[in-house]
Order: sequence, then structure tokens, then C-alpha cells
Amino acid sequence: MLEKLRDGPRPVGEIARGLPVTRPAVSQHLKVLKDAGLVTDHSEGTRRIYCIDPKGLGAMRAWLDQFWESALDAFALAVEAEHSKKKEGK
Amino acid sequence: MSTQIRPAPVRKSTFVNAPQDRAFDVFTAGIGRWWPKSHKIGPADLDRPIIEPHEGGRWYELDVDGTECELGKVAAWEPPSRLVLIWQLTPEFTYDANLITEVEVTFTPEGDGTRVDLEHRDLERMGDKAETMRETVSGPGGWPALLELFAAESAKQTKGDMA
Repeated sequence: MLEKLRDGPRPVGEIARGLPVTRPAVSQHLKVLKDAGLVTDHSEGTRRIYCIDPKGLGAMRAWLDQFWESALDAFALAVEAEHSKKKEGK
Repeated sequence: MSTQIRPAPVRKSTFVNAPQDRAFDVFTAGIGRWWPKSHKIGPADLDRPIIEPHEGGRWYELDVDGTECELGKVAAWEPPSRLVLIWQLTPEFTYDANLITEVEVTFTPEGDGTRVDLEHRDLERMGDKAETMRETVSGPGGWPALLELFAAESAKQTKGDMA
């Protein structure tokens, strides 16, 4: 969906076209992206137009999200490995 | 029409079965035990990242050949409850002294353990660098692939530790 917005602002109907999901699903997904700050929207008449930044911040944020997810998981494992070792040692 | 995009901060939380001071200690002094080895700047292999234990300290990577590469700074050092790192890495994982983004980590006692909350913010400042990153991310050797390798490896190590 972010791919579709890469080339410029689009109304929902046009974003949904060609995607194998329903239009409500597309709207729901856009809401998630909007909450994450990755797209903005505004009204033009009765249509809602969505835009993505041209600088690829969405991809960057997605990458950091995944990075910190994995890193914190690894951190938690490291803490608990050490903590259980210490307890056994006592 | 031009629209300003401000990405929401990346927020992650985890819970560890260990006291607050131990969690803080492993996050900082023990960062070499959990930081992914694939995430490095220098040409040599990564030995470990190092966080100097004071405000204004350096945060850098130490490579196996002894090279040191800056990652950022320590903006707040408040053991055992709070740490703020200045992350000065571009989306291409290179150091940029002009890029200032913040990573705040808090450690809160909860039950028998510690809740760890991480927030990486000011991401819009990476905007000018983000374009090239799209290529890095989507390529076959991109970070997702490396992270999968890392996850598998750390799971193996953990099992080894427990055995």
C-alpha cells in the first residue's frame, strides 16, 4: 500500500484498485498507517486523499521497529540467562 | 502539495525476570551480549558496542581489530532506572554527527521483575537519509534477512547457556 502511495497522493478507491483486499480493509490499514504517522490525509470534496512522504520514512521506521523488537528480545534473553546463572551459583 | 510527515516514535516494551539494577546492567555494560553482531559500521567484525557509564559519555562500537566507530552519545545516565542514548546512525547504518535522534530506555520494577520500555524518537530527522535505505531494506541481503539469522543465533546461544 505504501508502494502505491509512493508516486503521489491517492484517494482510497484508487489505492484499493488492484489490491486483493476489500475497500474497508484498505481503509482500516490506512488508519493504522495514519496512527503510526506514516501517511497523512485530507478531504477533497467527498473524497479522502492519502499521501505518503517522498523520503521513505515509512520504510526507515519499519526497519527500526523490527530492529528494536529483535534487539529487545535478545536483551531479555541475555538478562534472564545471566540472572538464572547467578541464582544457581548462590 | 507538500505534507510534513512526522513518524510516530518506535516504542517497544519487554519484561524480564530480573531485578531493575541487573536489567540496567545487562542493557548497558552487557550490551555486547545481546546487540546483533551484524549491526556494525566498521569494516572489521564487531567485538561489542560500548556505552560509557556517564552522562555525556561516548557510545561506540569496538571492532575485533581495535577500531572504534562512533554510534552516538550518552544523554542521560540514571542507573538503575533510565538511560537516554543519542542515536546518530543513518538508515544506512553510518555515523552522521549532524543527525540527532533519541533512544530513551526506562527500567521499572514490576512484580518479581522489571519492565523495560524503549522509545526511539525524532525519526523525521532521518528523512533526508531515508530514501537510500529503501534499497537496503528491500534487497535480498537486507536487514530482515540478517535479523532472522541473528534471532536464530541468539536462540541457539541462549539454549547453550542454559544447558
